[in-house]
Amino acid sequence: MVKVEKLTKKFGANTAVDSIDFEVQKGEIVGFLGPNGAGKSTTMKMLAGFLPPTSGTAEVAGCDVFRDSLRAREHIGYMPENVPLYTDMRVSEFLRYRASLKGVPGRRLRERISDVLELCGLEDVEKKMISRLSKGYRQRVGLADAMVHEPDLLILDEPTIGLDPNQIRLVRDLIRNLRRHHTILISTHILPEVEMLCSRVIIINNGRIEALDTPQNLRARLGQAGHVLFDARVPDARAAAADLRKLEGVQTVSIRNDGPWSIFKIQCTPGHDPRETIYQFAVEKNWPVRELSRPPVSLEQVFAEVTNVEEL
Amino acid sequence: MARFFILFRREVASTFHQPIAYVVLFFFLMITGFNFHAGISLLNNGRGTTTVVEAFFNTMYFWFPFLLVFPFTTMRVFAEESKMGTIETLMTAPVRDSQVVLAKYAGALFFYLVLWAPSLLYFVTFQAVTGMNAAGAVGSYIGAYSILILMGMLYTAIGCLASALTDNQIVAAMISFAAILALFFIGLLSFVMPATGSLVREATYYFSPIEHMMDFSRGVVDSRPVVFYTSSTLLVLFATLHVFQYRRWKS
Repeated sequence: MVKVEKLTKKFGANTAVDSIDFEVQKGEIVGFLGPNGAGKSTTMKMLAGFLPPTSGTAEVAGCDVFRDSLRAREHIGYMPENVPLYTDMRVSEFLRYRASLKGVPGRRLRERISDVLELCGLEDVEKKMISRLSKGYRQRVGLADAMVHEPDLLILDEPTIGLDPNQIRLVRDLIRNLRRHHTILISTHILPEVEMLCSRVIIINNGRIEALDTPQNLRARLGQAGHVLFDARVPDARAAAADLRKLEGVQTVSIRNDGPWSIFKIQCTPGHDPRETIYQFAVEKNWPVRELSRPPVSLEQVFAEVTNVEEL
Repeated sequence: MARFFILFRREVASTFHQPIAYVVLFFFLMITGFNFHAGISLLNNGRGTTTVVEAFFNTMYFWFPFLLVFPFTTMRVFAEESKMGTIETLMTAPVRDSQVVLAKYAGALFFYLVLWAPSLLYFVTFQAVTGMNAAGAVGSYIGAYSILILMGMLYTAIGCLASALTDNQIVAAMISFAAILALFFIGLLSFVMPATGSLVREATYYFSPIEHMMDFSRGVVDSRPVVFYTSSTLLVLFATLHVFQYRRWKS
């Protein structure tokens, strides 16, 4: 569906995207992961036909995005970061305009618009001015716009940024439902989002692809990077730490005191989640437990891991 | 072509969705109404020997709203889309750059025509009230309104170019106002220069909206201004298209 070869974009002396290659098969949801300024948005803008590359090629649904831009654009639904919309229009009016602009024939307009309104849960606000909509609704209007002409490929640039957790969940569910009809390229810097949605992940940093794999493989490769926090009231913290260290899946343990409580930061061995063992152990020892958690792996850690792996 | 009309309709709608359109329309009508009054007074005082149409199109009260209106009709066409980022969704839809530029230009020109359309009513009213002819001949109307459209074409194009150069509407308005005023003052030189034979006077005649209006509102349709305005409009639109594409490639 998408084929990118040696795609490069330079802004003056600054290389935003540096000769990247990847392919996306039909029906996949591929996540672009990377910190701000990594080149995610630039890559997506190039694929959407908004920016021309400095060099390299990209193909969408068999059309060259740069040489045959108009035809390629018919196959692409693009939602830019921050979802720019015409705030002076009503939701259905906006979608009608966008649909006809993207070449949906007149007789299918009504059907397509009611389809996307339903799919994106916009029926209640159909007649509202876009300027009066909340951020979550605007995001959904943006999504509806992106898919109103039934494109083969959806390019969504940070679709959940700036939303509250409920809205994020709604948008995620929506995207998950879209996978049946569309190939989806989605960018984000929220790692759990990628894990929940994507069949494959492209980690991009400084304009280069650092890793390209399924989330499961990536996790395995990243050595399940991370630690477990264990907060309990133990009679002797040092002895407890020594005991914990003997458990399966535990590599190192460090202690921090909080009054009578001890907070153990437990580094796990790759591929293990020792939380259950720790719980059993705490029950056995009759330690009151305040917290047993595994903080989500942050992007920085992943990147640190990725670069380490590359160096090895 | 279908896409052009979709874009054009959107341009017109977005113009009239903004309250500023009605503010401009209000003040524009007020000033042109006053101008009509001034033209009639001039004739009443017996200082002019022209027709009402000629008087209307040649007072300074005509030039003031005429020149001032272009920044308002054109400043938002490209600047607003760049600022809001909607340019990205617009340009990733399957439309040609040239369609977008032309539709935006046509939308601004349409607003300009809407502003001037009510002025026809002044003459109709005049004839109904006084029973006299507002113009010497129909040619006077044809001449005056065709030069009005021709000048509008060029100045709207200049405004569009200014709007494409920046994503700040105020800056766009200032650029277009400065450019239009400069063009107007170059034309004014033809009045300052010695009457005949001067090369500068000959040359500036080509730019001078005042001279063109004087001729055309008398019903003298000269082909030179027609060629000048159409060709320079095309040139400026061509420049606008390239500025628009360049900005898109650069951003």
